[in-house]
Amino acid sequence: MADVIMPQMGESIFEGTITKWLKKPGDKIERDEPLFEISTDKVDAEIPSPSAGVLKEIKVNEGQTVPIQTVVAVIDADGAASSAGSSAAAAAPAPAPAKTEAPAQAPAPPKTEAPAKPAPTPAPSAPRAAAPSATTAPPQRPNGQKIRSSPLVRRIARENNVDLSQIPGTGAGGRISKHDIRAAIEGGGASRSSSGVSAAGAAPARAASAPPPAAGGAAASAVLETAVPREKMYFGHYEVQPMSVMRQRIAEHMVLSKRVSPHVYSVDEVNVSGIAAVRSKLKDKFEQSSGTKLTFMPFFVRAAVEGLRAFPTVNSSVDGTNIVLHKECNIGIAVALDWGLIVPVIKNAEEKNFLGIARALNDLAERARAKKLKPEEVAESTFSITNPGVFGGLFGLPVINQPNVAILGLGTIEKRPVVVDDAIAIRSMVYLTLSYDHRVVDGAVAHQFMGKVKHTLENWTESIL
Amino acid sequence: MAAITMLEGIRQAIFEEMDRDPAVVALGEDIGVYGGAFKVTEGLLARFGPERVIDAPISETAIVGAACGMGYLGLRPIVEMQFIDFIACCFNQVTNFAAKSHYRWGAPVPMVLRGPSGGGVHGGPFHSANPEMYFMHTPGLKIIYPSTAYDAKGLLKSAVRDNNPVLFFEHKYLYRRIKEEIPAEEYTVPIGKAAVRREGKDLTILSYAAMVYTSMEAAEILAKEGIDAEVIDLRTLLPLDRDAILASVKKTNKLLIVHEDTRTGGIAGEIAALVCEGAFEDLDGPIARVTSLDTPVPYSPPLEERFLPNAEKVAAAARDLAKY
Repeated sequence: MADVIMPQMGESIFEGTITKWLKKPGDKIERDEPLFEISTDKVDAEIPSPSAGVLKEIKVNEGQTVPIQTVVAVIDADGAASSAGSSAAAAAPAPAPAKTEAPAQAPAPPKTEAPAKPAPTPAPSAPRAAAPSATTAPPQRPNGQKIRSSPLVRRIARENNVDLSQIPGTGAGGRISKHDIRAAIEGGGASRSSSGVSAAGAAPARAASAPPPAAGGAAASAVLETAVPREKMYFGHYEVQPMSVMRQRIAEHMVLSKRVSPHVYSVDEVNVSGIAAVRSKLKDKFEQSSGTKLTFMPFFVRAAVEGLRAFPTVNSSVDGTNIVLHKECNIGIAVALDWGLIVPVIKNAEEKNFLGIARALNDLAERARAKKLKPEEVAESTFSITNPGVFGGLFGLPVINQPNVAILGLGTIEKRPVVVDDAIAIRSMVYLTLSYDHRVVDGAVAHQFMGKVKHTLENWTESIL
Repeated sequence: MAAITMLEGIRQAIFEEMDRDPAVVALGEDIGVYGGAFKVTEGLLARFGPERVIDAPISETAIVGAACGMGYLGLRPIVEMQFIDFIACCFNQVTNFAAKSHYRWGAPVPMVLRGPSGGGVHGGPFHSANPEMYFMHTPGLKIIYPSTAYDAKGLLKSAVRDNNPVLFFEHKYLYRRIKEEIPAEEYTVPIGKAAVRREGKDLTILSYAAMVYTSMEAAEILAKEGIDAEVIDLRTLLPLDRDAILASVKKTNKLLIVHEDTRTGGIAGEIAALVCEGAFEDLDGPIARVTSLDTPVPYSPPLEERFLPNAEKVAAAARDLAKY
């Protein structure tokens, strides 16, 4: 008999939601065969079976969120063939009704849950810029901002199982005060730190033309307020779909990013005829010799790295009144998925040559679509690139991916008439947009950065093979 | 009955205790014929005679040493320091001798050492001291620093009846400035108990002696701004009323300590540590303090005004704490 546990998918992950079981009780399973899919704050992933045998019991149903290390299933390693079928099925009598009855039934999170734990107060002498290591990282808001509270507030959060990252602070410096947390608890606006919300959110709400659900989706997160009263949203015929965990995280992240960073946008037009020519000339050869396909993206990543090295402010984060200048160029690449969006990170892009970047890009994108990313592969970006052009967008004005201070948007590459030496010529053109955080990046720097990117692309010299 | 001053409350306590117990004697500089520098002991000599009311030479060491001897022989001396600043002269007698006597050889010294203390009266650096913290660090002593006529009288009577040395600081700014009616019948006030002077829910202002009035004034200013401050008068500094302090912090979750003593090594530090030990998870903000500056008490009136806490300084600190 082997227990299957909710794995810890990264240092700061303390719970996961089971989104899908890939096996039923009674099914035979091989070791390392995908057993279930989970969704955490950071990634969606397929979890392989820890051992071979027969899936005896599923203890946590789809849609439920449980703390890490929770036993989610039991595998009978011995009774491979014999105990299958009826007995296993009987041992796990339709797990659904009994366990889904209420979010309260979900296992209580262990007392040591991270968000509620009194934050390890950084030593006062430690410079704030010093990046806390992952193991001692204080609780953060979804946008990476440190949560400021007080010993009392942390105690109340612990006792009431409240996730402080969901409570807006009205005290000095955005601090969560006693009044904030009491109001959140009494007003029901506070999200329970683990099982409650996700389980509730996952409850099937398939009403069509039905009265509004008694509990709105608004309870899911304090940052996801609605602009109008809920009653005004439900009219005519409609279907209510609960947000996936990923959708909720994206929504929170976007709201907070817009709230925290004053976005400014710059648009540049770049002649990519040169790299288009390089690409079409070497495409086949490149794919033959490297085994990976040649897209435009690695050119833009390389050019962005050149820009970041020349203008390090663009490659930074903001911590209060400190600017954290990152020495690595870790480039987050937005990858559209059928079920959302994820931003895997090419680490140390400044150390990689063209081929290295191309390989990393394709590898991360493929694994993102296959739900095989590791949590550390979606963390620690220092700058991000998104490509609305791939869907035909002329250009986009993206929202900054916190804790970055800038994001580069690539428009669609198309041939346009342009003026070259007082003649009208046809060139492959692209609009590049930079959204940047005006707290630290001024227009002058942003345009110089863009100038560098443009220059690198228009005067491509690097060998790509 | 008529309202009496704090000075009159102290005077009554001495008279009543000497009346009650023939073992109680008084000694100090100019306390007999002259009636004391502040006239606290006026009429005492006429009433109890020179055997029980002793004008001492100008030697604080000799006075406290003599009082220790009296205590060993069954008397209960009340010693007056003409100004509490001069207690520094008999520091050894108080800390090494009187305070340790009971512990070392089982011979408690039932002495009250009292004197006019504190600033705000343009007394300058030698006549304005708040010396409580020199003695807070001395196990074996008790320290009382009252703020009202009622408490001064009741606590002094308790001090006289205590079998160990008690330092009784009398804020001279309050001697004749405050008045209140007190019961005609005899009463005492227990040592070691704080008093809530104003109930509040938003934050606690912890204080004692003259700063209680400063804190109350600040609380009124704050009330107009919608900040409801609780004001606590410690009354006894040693032993601190830990229960009362923690109870109030657990109620309001924010603590501001106001003392007239200078900042570094002041009692606020000790109280902050005590609260962290006993109520850390009840704190919704950092423990704040308003104190005098870390300088000698200036003689110049404008400088002394700058040096001392006042209601505006307290209110400003309380505002910051309230919105933390």
